[in-house]
Amino acid sequence: MPVRVQKADFDVAREIAALHAGDARIGAVAAFIGLVRDISDAAAVSTLTLEHYPGMTEKALTGIVDEAKSRWKIYDALVIHRVGELKPTDQIVLVVVTGAHRGDAFAACEFIMDYLKTRAPFWKKEQTPAGERWVEARASDDDAAARW
Amino acid sequence: MITLVYLARLRETLGTAAEKVEPPHDVGTVGALLAWLRTRGGAWAAELAPGRAVRVAVNHDVAKPDTPVKHGDEVALFPPVTGG
Repeated sequence: MPVRVQKADFDVAREIAALHAGDARIGAVAAFIGLVRDISDAAAVSTLTLEHYPGMTEKALTGIVDEAKSRWKIYDALVIHRVGELKPTDQIVLVVVTGAHRGDAFAACEFIMDYLKTRAPFWKKEQTPAGERWVEARASDDDAAARW
Repeated sequence: MITLVYLARLRETLGTAAEKVEPPHDVGTVGALLAWLRTRGGAWAAELAPGRAVRVAVNHDVAKPDTPVKHGDEVALFPPVTGG
């Protein structure tokens, strides 16, 4: 599956190796790993809870990967996004793209992340010393997605 | 019958995760459905007021105010997404 939504952590090295195993056409692998930070808008975050919309989230991610494949010369792409309760320093998202050359692999990887941030149905709730709060969407993320 | 699904902050402020509704026959679009839900008043009128950032999906696809809504559809209401 090129797209996975899961509670469990992921092994970056294993996922990358599995994506390009046995394919000698591949000369470039680009990867992005997103981590949970401990500070959000100056507040200390103790826990982050990720919610998604089962069915639509997978469909949206698959659509984003398909669009990346149509726009750039890449061979394959993998997206893993975690849900549930996460803590600072935890891995939250992994995007891996394989291609013949780095240019298209880098671009497709960044495109997938920018679109994921603005189009894939995930929502973050932060637990801080002042209580819990839903994270607000950022205009800068819309700007990043609009570049493509 | 339409299945409504509420996600994230909207689920909490509206106090429900999902419900089945039978809107009047002239409710045939997402925009009309939201207007009909607003007539419930209270949190519904406030959260779904025009200008509030409410996103809608029909059968797992992103929808706009003029997207058709029909019997058997699953319509989800949610705030702007914040994953990644």
